[in-house]
Amino acid sequence: MAELLRRLLRTPQGLLGVLIVGLILVIVVCGPSLAPYGPDTMAPRLRYRAPSAEFLLGTDQYGRDILSRLLYGARSTVILACLATALGTVAGALIGTTSAFLGGRADEAIMRTIDAILSIPSLLFALLIVNLLGKSSFSAVMAIGIAFTPGMTRVTRSVALAVTKQDYVNAAIARGERGGYIVLREMLPNVVAPIVVEMTIRVAFSVMLFATLSFLGLGAQPPSSEWGLMVAEARRFMHLSPWMILWPSLAVALVAIGFNLLGDGLRDALNPRT
Amino acid sequence: MSPSYLVKRLALVVYTLFVVSLLVFAITQVLPADAAVMLLGENATPDALAAIRDKLGLDRPVWAQYGDWLAGVVQGDFGTSLRTGQPVAPVMLEALGRSLTLAVLAIALMLMLALPLGIVAALRRGKLADLLVSIVSYVGVSLPEFVTATLIVLVLADWLKLLPATGFVPLTESLWDGLAHLALPVLTVSVILIAHVSRMVRSELVDVLHTDYVRAARLKGLSRRVVLFRHALRNALLPTITIVALDVGYLLGGVIVVEEIFALPGIGRHLIVAIQTRDLPSIQAGALIMAATYSIVNFLADLAYAWIDKRIQYG
Repeated sequence: MAELLRRLLRTPQGLLGVLIVGLILVIVVCGPSLAPYGPDTMAPRLRYRAPSAEFLLGTDQYGRDILSRLLYGARSTVILACLATALGTVAGALIGTTSAFLGGRADEAIMRTIDAILSIPSLLFALLIVNLLGKSSFSAVMAIGIAFTPGMTRVTRSVALAVTKQDYVNAAIARGERGGYIVLREMLPNVVAPIVVEMTIRVAFSVMLFATLSFLGLGAQPPSSEWGLMVAEARRFMHLSPWMILWPSLAVALVAIGFNLLGDGLRDALNPRT
Repeated sequence: MSPSYLVKRLALVVYTLFVVSLLVFAITQVLPADAAVMLLGENATPDALAAIRDKLGLDRPVWAQYGDWLAGVVQGDFGTSLRTGQPVAPVMLEALGRSLTLAVLAIALMLMLALPLGIVAALRRGKLADLLVSIVSYVGVSLPEFVTATLIVLVLADWLKLLPATGFVPLTESLWDGLAHLALPVLTVSVILIAHVSRMVRSELVDVLHTDYVRAARLKGLSRRVVLFRHALRNALLPTITIVALDVGYLLGGVIVVEEIFALPGIGRHLIVAIQTRDLPSIQAGALIMAATYSIVNFLADLAYAWIDKRIQYG
């Protein structure tokens, strides 16, 4: 583990990714206590302010402090995106490993169906599920989780396929273990590393997707300070204050860049041959 | 390319479309406990509910509903819109045309920019140019379309006042005006593609430049230019076909967002409106047409790949 961390910090992507994601985690954990104002504290006489010493990033159409809103909003944006990714990863890992373990016709049938589902663009899939469950943060999380499942299944299955040939899996089959035991206790623990890499990169994508759903009015609902929603609300006031729309946009981009870098760094660290 | 590969691949497309149609139908019409209440809201009168159940055939067995719907779809009939009362198919196909214009222009722009960027980065591996390309592509893949759109509108339309920010003018009406209105949406959707593809081209070309046959070509005295264009690029660019085809999935997702932001009446915007107004037949048609577009593009890409690369023998 220490060796992995050292290798991770040696690559520029890894180092930068760890720094950015670390900063984001600090904001997620302590954001509300760092915020100078409340996220919903309105000041009607201080609207559309540009950044100043009093309001570091300026104020919005109700005179709310943008920095405070961003700091509070980190929780709803980042935690929910991670949750959605985790949901898709667990479901995909289970299906993928099971498919590789079953092999033969069953594997073929499962994977062809997964390929078919993959032909629905993630955003479209997520939109359909939100349409089914109703607009809310919860359904956005479910939607992204379900939309990610086929992709994660594909990744896990290709890794698990190599694992099925290993002696310890054959030994478990020879011992007469049940299929469920072999999938969960023998195979899954050995496909975790590549899955973690894929998952980290997908958190970046999930943050983008979640913010996009909120931006389209189908995810987090006002007065939440979810970042995508902040961008959507700020669009109408773009001419009065470009800052309102700039900061949350950059915040979404920063989180995505951080997780992308961390994922690539992890991939290099886990795979020393490149 | 053997005929059996073609048949197999075609069967896969048909299976894909079947699964997608099943899924779309299930999510929109079967899974909601009571689709009629979902469509009209909790306060609908019993008469209105009965009318819409009758209109959509919601009282009939699920399989009969699906069969009728699929039979219509196969004949190009997606039903009538609940919002406008017009047939869905012509409206959606017209919108698809506008979206494809946007998508094709975005892919063209991407090829014009991503290929040179990737090639330069690979040739100057480890140098400043490589670093710059890689930073730009990291930022590019990390920007959701709505952020890119916001930044582009802020700078190019709002601040410099170079291009119109919203609206649509058909290309057939005025080519110049039409292109001006399409410029910002095209730029927005192509950013992620450019970032992604330039990175792929770079890594493929780096691999190819280290192969024995490239070294042999250099050693027999061919110039760098000839080796690059006649030998290395041919093999390095082949996988790009597949990558671009797979990226069409992102592209279609991006098109939805971009059309909404720039008020472009394409299939993505129709789909969002349909979802907001709970227009069931339009949602089904939009989703199915988008998924079909994606799987047909990938089918054609696979055929092109097998046709160009004679080494590939599919069973």
